[in-house]
Amino acid sequence: MAAAFSWIRPEPHGIHIVPADAWIDPARPVPRALVTHGHADHARGGHGQTIATPETLAIMDLRYNTREGTQPVAYGETIRLAGGVEATFIPAGHVLGSAQILLEHAGERVVITGDYKRRHDPTCVAFEVTPCDVFITEATFGLPLFRHPPITGELAKIHQRLAAEPDRCVLVGAYALGKAQRVIAELRDMGYHDPIWLHGAMERMCRLYQGWGVDLGDLRLVADAKKDELRGQVVVCPPGALGDRWSRRLPDPVTAMASGWMRVRQRARQRGVELPLVISDHADWDELTATVQEVNPAETWITHGREEALLRWHQLNQRKARALALVGYEDEDD
Amino acid sequence: MERFAALLDALVYTTSRNAKLRLLADYLRETPDPDRGWALAALTDGLDFPAVKASTVRGLMQERVDPVLWTLSRDFVGDTAETASLLWPEPPVPADVTPPPTVAEAVAQLAAMTRASAPGELAAMFDRLDSSGRYALIKLATGAMRAGVSARLAKTAFAQAFDVSVEQVEEYWHALAPPYAELFAWAAHGQEPPDTASMPLFRPFMLAHPLEETVVDLTDYAAEWKWDGIRVQLAHVGGETRAYSRSGDDISATFPEMIAALQVPCVVDGELLVRGSHQGGEEGGAASFNALQQRLGRKTVSKAMLADYPAFVRLYDVLMLDGTDLREMRWTERRLRLEALMARLPASHFDISQVLEADTFDALATIREGARDEAIEGLMLKRRDSPYIAGRRVGLWYKWKRDPLLVDCVLMYAQRGSGKRSSFYSDYTFGCWDGDPDAGAELLPVGKAYSGFTDEELKRIDRHVRQHTTNRFGPVRETDRSLVFEVAFDSVHTSKRHKSGLAMRFPRIHRVRWDKPVHEADRIETLKALIKD
Repeated sequence: MAAAFSWIRPEPHGIHIVPADAWIDPARPVPRALVTHGHADHARGGHGQTIATPETLAIMDLRYNTREGTQPVAYGETIRLAGGVEATFIPAGHVLGSAQILLEHAGERVVITGDYKRRHDPTCVAFEVTPCDVFITEATFGLPLFRHPPITGELAKIHQRLAAEPDRCVLVGAYALGKAQRVIAELRDMGYHDPIWLHGAMERMCRLYQGWGVDLGDLRLVADAKKDELRGQVVVCPPGALGDRWSRRLPDPVTAMASGWMRVRQRARQRGVELPLVISDHADWDELTATVQEVNPAETWITHGREEALLRWHQLNQRKARALALVGYEDEDD
Repeated sequence: MERFAALLDALVYTTSRNAKLRLLADYLRETPDPDRGWALAALTDGLDFPAVKASTVRGLMQERVDPVLWTLSRDFVGDTAETASLLWPEPPVPADVTPPPTVAEAVAQLAAMTRASAPGELAAMFDRLDSSGRYALIKLATGAMRAGVSARLAKTAFAQAFDVSVEQVEEYWHALAPPYAELFAWAAHGQEPPDTASMPLFRPFMLAHPLEETVVDLTDYAAEWKWDGIRVQLAHVGGETRAYSRSGDDISATFPEMIAALQVPCVVDGELLVRGSHQGGEEGGAASFNALQQRLGRKTVSKAMLADYPAFVRLYDVLMLDGTDLREMRWTERRLRLEALMARLPASHFDISQVLEADTFDALATIREGARDEAIEGLMLKRRDSPYIAGRRVGLWYKWKRDPLLVDCVLMYAQRGSGKRSSFYSDYTFGCWDGDPDAGAELLPVGKAYSGFTDEELKRIDRHVRQHTTNRFGPVRETDRSLVFEVAFDSVHTSKRHKSGLAMRFPRIHRVRWDKPVHEADRIETLKALIKD
């Protein structure tokens, strides 16, 4: 018998499915790519063929005009790749369209999670636990200090701040794909029905989400607002725009940021954030370790993040694990 | 404690100085005594609890969290208190919850702890607090607040809160001990201020701005050497003598010969130096900073130390003399009094920093050029009519440091920073070649630097370190030695501590040479030629 899992090979710029000559989330153009979700560090343009969920393909089309050579695969659908490899796309609960990919070959099952979380998210389908031999997981928040608090408590801080300082607006920096829409949808679920104001760079992605049936309520553009109109309102922008000249048009904004990194004071400080909101679309430490226990694989491979601590946890729990040195996954804004 | 914890959090997340002042002033006005006094002391590092150290907290955590996971978490966060506050296992909610302690209660309990009782008592306190409260408690107990509040800012906030002058606050502050009951009684309730004239107190130093591109008229400004020792204030008041460092720490025990030498009622400002032949031969001569370093930071001093490294003070200024406060006077007036005072001080332990004669600014520039040979830091320019004012007032005093020495070094190791730079590889150890790199020479570490680069450069160097790691030792990464730094430093000395036999003074990254091949970096011998011991 060939060495176990020799058909799947982690390379520095992606995971190579050797018999199918296909790659998962490759960091550079390849003939055939399977893409877990639409974030720029996982989904890149220029591949010969791109296989992903319809939602992810729509997102990639919006970002890279990826229209040629796409193959949509619905959640739960299994496709046959070359070399006797089968691939199934399973919800990952990270952002709209995000998927884990189950690969089966020669009786061996490998799950690549991409990025994922276990919390409820009104904008995407929830993570499904899938038994496998090798579980290839992310570890963005793979340190025991990362425990994301309930999102409602974090969002309540926005209301408290607006109530305390009604002449200011709260400017929420949130990743343009996923985080922004989740924050808006959760605010709506909490009964907030005022208009929510968007940075121009957010608009198309929000419209795309709405097109896929996600209710985001009354969205308006900051560009269309008078300055006074924004007092006491919520404005959402990409994290990069928080300290940008763009924000000068806002009425004395309270700088907020929705990110798992906000759990650490100095991280918030580094970004000049006044109102840190600990909200993440990644699994926190408890979710990561609970997921490994539920999936209960023979072996865990860790793609990116704080892999050393998660490796240590495996060791302490007599579980087999290894870290893959993949490059190019950036997680600074989540 | 909740209010104090909330204040700390708000301070951390506030960058604007004015907003910080408002937060502090509100707290000081609205919080009752003695909590506000203790909080003020905590924010300005005025508290010390001998039984509770960072290691106590570490020990407590390592009983509850795997040591490897603790270390990884600590390295990521860059702050022991915060890591512990986040990792502390929340207790199962007990039936009757004891409310969190007030700041004063916490201080009393911390002060009463012994090394043996501290872990148990701290653990019980942690269980009564939430994560922010634990953070505040550990900061209160161990210091290193990292809330972006300097002592000066705290005093300014105090002055704002009660509408009093910050100079008076500075003055009284040092006369009092936490929780500063008399300070609040004076400022908040209009009672008599403490009597400071009869105590050997620290009087805040007057400081200088860098000259940079400014050109001054020498008819308005006097020039002096900027000596390369440590700034010191000596006070002989009410029959007692004290020595204070620049930050106001009492360093009397470290320099007993200076305490014995000053018997004239006065407060003087000068540079503490050690006898030697390197600095200003005509004025009796001082050794290099390297020699002075042997004396710093000691709580007790041996006879041999006193004999081998005898200290003296080169005087710059006089603040008080024979019971009179001279600080309102012009510099020229104070200078005359200082010159007259010299006759009453023992020449074995005191001399005066000479005023440099130069007719033009260009002539002064030439004098400064020669400063390197004298192993001194550069020049001071003092406005002749300037009073002695605490802190840095624009236009009064300037420091004009000599240009730094430059050398090209290769990045060898990088360590994660703390505080604002936590998670960034921001502390760099770099080396020079011990021979011809093309003939198999090796790099030997010559120094360490953690400043001189912009935030953008830091991000880029951090990325470089992560992508060029060859080895990991806890928070330190060894790199593949592929990046050249142009390092600026003030001087270089022999050192037994380092394998290269060298130690640089004030090394900082001058430029990152992304373009430069590593074999073109400098050799040890280049640095050795610059040694001035």
